[in-house]
Amino acid sequence: MTASTAEPVEQAAPVPQHPRRRRSSIRRGQTIAPLIFIAAAVVLFALFFIWPGVFGFIYSLSDYRGFGTPDIIGFDNYTRLFGDPEFYSALGRTFLFVGFSVPLHYIIPLGLAVLLTTKLARGQAVARAVFFLPWLISPIVNGVIWRWLFGENFGFFNYFLSIFGIGPVQWQTNGELALVVVLIAGTWGGTAFTMLLFIAALRNVPQSYLEAAAIDGAMGWKRFRRITLPLLAPTTFLVVLVTTIGAMKEFAMIQALNGGGPGTENVLMVQYIYRTGFERGDIGYASAASMVLMVILIVIALIQMRFDRKDVQ
Amino acid sequence: MSSTQTETATVPVRGKKASVVPGTVLLWVLVAIYAFPLLWFILSSFKPGSELFSLPLSILPETWTISGYQDAWSRFNFARYFMNTGIVAVVTTALTVLVSSMTGYALAKYKAWWLNVFFMCVLATTMLPTEVIMPSTFVVIRDLGLYDSLPGIIIPSIVTATGVFMFRQYFKTVPDELLEAARIDGVGEIRTFFSIMLPLAKPMAVTLAIFSFQWRWNDYIWPLLVLNDPNQYTLQIALRSIVGADNIDWSVLLAASVISLVPMIVLFLIFQRQIMSADMNSGLKD
Repeated sequence: MTASTAEPVEQAAPVPQHPRRRRSSIRRGQTIAPLIFIAAAVVLFALFFIWPGVFGFIYSLSDYRGFGTPDIIGFDNYTRLFGDPEFYSALGRTFLFVGFSVPLHYIIPLGLAVLLTTKLARGQAVARAVFFLPWLISPIVNGVIWRWLFGENFGFFNYFLSIFGIGPVQWQTNGELALVVVLIAGTWGGTAFTMLLFIAALRNVPQSYLEAAAIDGAMGWKRFRRITLPLLAPTTFLVVLVTTIGAMKEFAMIQALNGGGPGTENVLMVQYIYRTGFERGDIGYASAASMVLMVILIVIALIQMRFDRKDVQ
Repeated sequence: MSSTQTETATVPVRGKKASVVPGTVLLWVLVAIYAFPLLWFILSSFKPGSELFSLPLSILPETWTISGYQDAWSRFNFARYFMNTGIVAVVTTALTVLVSSMTGYALAKYKAWWLNVFFMCVLATTMLPTEVIMPSTFVVIRDLGLYDSLPGIIIPSIVTATGVFMFRQYFKTVPDELLEAARIDGVGEIRTFFSIMLPLAKPMAVTLAIFSFQWRWNDYIWPLLVLNDPNQYTLQIALRSIVGADNIDWSVLLAASVISLVPMIVLFLIFQRQIMSADMNSGLKD
């Protein structure tokens, strides 16, 4: 590519004046044009990312309640935050949710992708469309669907279990079971996208590697573990990063599924921020919680980028 | 050809032909598990209110009815919610495609330190989503005079890192020679983009448009922050107000939820090929 671009320059060298003038005007155009192209994005980025980010930090040091002028009160909000058992409960619950959600979002879509790409199953095109359907469904409707299915007195699931004399299981009133339902609903809704990523990655595994492994007698699980899985590493990192962030900010689906209930047992971080900021109108305090969540996300991103870099080496 | 090669290579190792039965059975059991929640939901929406809670439950409605749909349509201003959501989704999608393609193009085809800095900024937005800085974002929306208006949902959602990233990756594959040829012919930079580059990126634009439409149709967080007046409600906020009531009217809620799914299912049926084959290595999630 460099060779082909060098050629016309050399040819143009004997007539220096004209091309130079033209090149300088081109160069100016090459500075201004990208500026015009990114202008809209820069303005929007500044308005809806930098501004809230900076003011979020300022508000977190103030007693702002959404009106009037904020008074700076130092780190009071943070002191209150770290003394609030509800905050720790939300934080702990969020980590618990992420801890279960990410492996589920990895294993199940990967398993489905393998089933959809193997030669040892039939009807894959239809199956893939069915697995993909939940992608079309909004988090709110997703929550409603599972709330309907897992209703304690009226849900299909408890009815089904009652046929075998089990239950009624407290899917709504037991905090742990309610979290299980949230995990199931989240996995169901999040499968489609990750599955497509894995299907694409599996199709890119060179056949020759798999054949070579087969000749060496490595089949089935062994071949998958030794050959396929390492080749999927870049997709794995992407999936883990995206699903971790997605799980950290889970909000809408739980709103519809059980509202963080029973009580406040399953209130995760974003919902905690929403409750303190909007239902209690304490913008300063909620901003402090926001900043904590932001730091956690930055740390997660940095850790994962480190892993990613190691992997490339 | 390659499939016959692999078959000869993989099958005869242990001298017996691998059966497709266990794999197929497993696959279809999983299909049933995945399809059931939605199927049960849709079938329930056609049951009369009295049948919803009467034991024993039956999979198929004993009497099919659309009274839930009629209730949902008459008791709530669904036509309005539909229109609001449609306006938001269509306008935002058009703007998203335009801004993302321009930004992605600049990041792919020009070199300057500030472009790199901006690219890092865009990537950072994926790590730090709006949900995280909700309280101050709300104040920004209000101070800009966007509170309780549809532009208040549209404008902040235009820039998505995914869209920018998709176009950047795509334009990187377009040879620089094309751009240089245009320059030598004296075509301006802006015109080059709109008359040569953007038409080239049409497949990418279609993909992003589909995804953007889905994000905006199903979005909850921005409408929640911005909207207050029920006349401005989008479908998701309207559904949330039904499900958040002290006494959930399930008959209406089931029907209303199913109604909200219809446009997405139509979209899927039309664009199934593009959605399923979308070249997604960029974490398409918003």
